[in-house]
Amino acid sequence: MELTRDEEAALKGEYGETLALAYRILVATGEATNSEKLIPIEWAHLSGVNYNTIGDAGEEFLSTLSKDARVKVKTTLNPMGYDIDSVSRYDLDENFISKQESIRKSYERMGVTPSFSCIPYDIFDLPGKGTQVSFAESNAAIYANSVGGLKTNKESAFSALASAITGKSPYSSLRKDDTPNITIKMKVENPNEMMYGMLGYFAGKVGETSVAISGVKEVDHRSCKSLCGGMGTSGTCGKFVFGEGEKDSEKIDFDKKEAQTVFDELNTTEKGDIVTLGSPQLGLDELHDLSLMLKGKSFTKRCMIFCPRSVQEQARKIGYTNEIERAGCDILSDCCTCLTPLINKDSVDGVTTNSIKGAYYLKNSTGVDVNLKSLSDIVKEETK
Amino acid sequence: MMSKVIVKGKTQGKILKSNNPINFLGAVDKKSGIIKDNTYDIYNKSIKGTIFVFPHGIGSSVGAYTIYSLKSNNSAPLAMICTKADLTVASGCALANIPLIIVDQKEFDSLENDSEITIDTNEY
Repeated sequence: MELTRDEEAALKGEYGETLALAYRILVATGEATNSEKLIPIEWAHLSGVNYNTIGDAGEEFLSTLSKDARVKVKTTLNPMGYDIDSVSRYDLDENFISKQESIRKSYERMGVTPSFSCIPYDIFDLPGKGTQVSFAESNAAIYANSVGGLKTNKESAFSALASAITGKSPYSSLRKDDTPNITIKMKVENPNEMMYGMLGYFAGKVGETSVAISGVKEVDHRSCKSLCGGMGTSGTCGKFVFGEGEKDSEKIDFDKKEAQTVFDELNTTEKGDIVTLGSPQLGLDELHDLSLMLKGKSFTKRCMIFCPRSVQEQARKIGYTNEIERAGCDILSDCCTCLTPLINKDSVDGVTTNSIKGAYYLKNSTGVDVNLKSLSDIVKEETK
Repeated sequence: MMSKVIVKGKTQGKILKSNNPINFLGAVDKKSGIIKDNTYDIYNKSIKGTIFVFPHGIGSSVGAYTIYSLKSNNSAPLAMICTKADLTVASGCALANIPLIIVDQKEFDSLENDSEITIDTNEY
C-alpha cells in the first residue's frame, strides 16, 4: 500500500504514539485487503463498547488511549451493557457498572457521540449517496451499503476506531467494487420479518462480500433490518442488492428446507421465560406498530424492548410508550439483546425472540436457550 | 512459500490447525485461549503459545478486542497463519503485535498439526 509522506511520518511515530498505532492498524487492514491507498471517510461507527464483550483488557486499553486520542470525524457508538435509568432493578454487580462507566467516559473523552445504538441509520441523517464511512457494527454496515447508498467495509472494532482517529480508511473491497458474485433466489412465499432474518443468516454463510437476492419485490423496514442483522451475524458478507445479479454468477435457492436448517440451528427450546424485542434495536416506526399491536393486550411474562435513547424520548412525547408499558413491557435504551448482562443464564433458561441475530448471541455468548417466533406470533401467543 | 506478511515478527513454535473459520468473540475464551464452541474441530484446545493456523475470521467486529485481550492475558498465539485476512483478525493482530501471515491454499494444506515451524517475516 502506498502512503503519502505525511501518513508515512504518522506511522513512524512523528505525530505521537496514538496516531502511529492508528496507522499501524490501517496499514495491516490495507495490506490484508490489497488496498493501494488510504481515502478520507466522513463518519465512523464504533463497536467494542459493552464491558461484557471487551473485558478488562479492552477497558484498560480505551482508558489509556483516551488520554491522548481524539476523533477526527463524526463518530457514533454501539450499545453498552445496560440502561442507567433501570439498572438498579436488575441485579448487576458493581464491578460491571464501574468498568462500563469507565468505558463510557473514555469514549466521551475522545469526542465520540454517546449514541449507544446499533441502528445509527435510524437515528442520524445519512450523508449523500456514495459517501465513504467506516461502520464496525455489522448490521449497520450492511444497511449503509445496501439501503443507505453509503460505502463501507464490514469494519472491525479497531479498524473503525483507527478510521475515527485518522479520518481515513484503506480503499479496498466493498469501497471499490461491490459487484455481487452470487445470487440467492428467495423462494419462500409471504415471508415475515423472521424469515428475512433467516434469509440474511443463510446469505451471510454462502456469500463472501456481496450477494444479489432475487424473488423479492418490496421489503418493509422491519424485515430489512432483520435481514441486515442476520447477514452480519453469520459471515463476512457486507452488502446485498435486490435483483437477478450478474449473468454468470452462481445461483442458490433459499426455500423452506434452507429456512428450516437455519431455524433448527438457532431454535433450541419451545418456551421462553422472557420475551425480547430489538436486535437490531427498534426504531420509532417499530414502536408505533407495537403500540397498535398491543392495544388491549398484556404480556404474560417479562418483555424487554430495546431501542435507542433518542427513539425512546420521541416515543414518550408522542405517547407510543403508554400502550407498550401498559402491556407490561420494559423499555430499555443504550443496550441491546446481544450480550447485555441483564439477560443471563442464572436468571433465565430460555428467551423468546423474533431476532435471528439476537438468537445467535443469546445461544452462543449468553448461553441460554432460544425460542424463535415471529412478532405476530409473539403478540398472539405471549399476551392475553 | 507463497505468502503475504500482514503483521511482521519472528517466532518459533508448534502448529495448532483448525479448518473452521474462527469467530473470536463467540468461540474463544479471552482469558485462557481455549476454544469453547463445540462445533469446532479444535474444541477444548487452547490456542495459547501456538502457531495458530485457520482459514480466516468470521462474525462480530468486536473479535478484534478478543485477540487483544488474549495478548494482555498472556494467552495469545505466537503467530497466526490464514488463507484470507479479514479486518477483525488483521486489526487485532496489528494492535496486539502478533505476527500474521497469509498463505495460499496449497501452503495451508501442507501445514500440519503439531509440527514445529519457525517464522521470520524478514525472510519473505
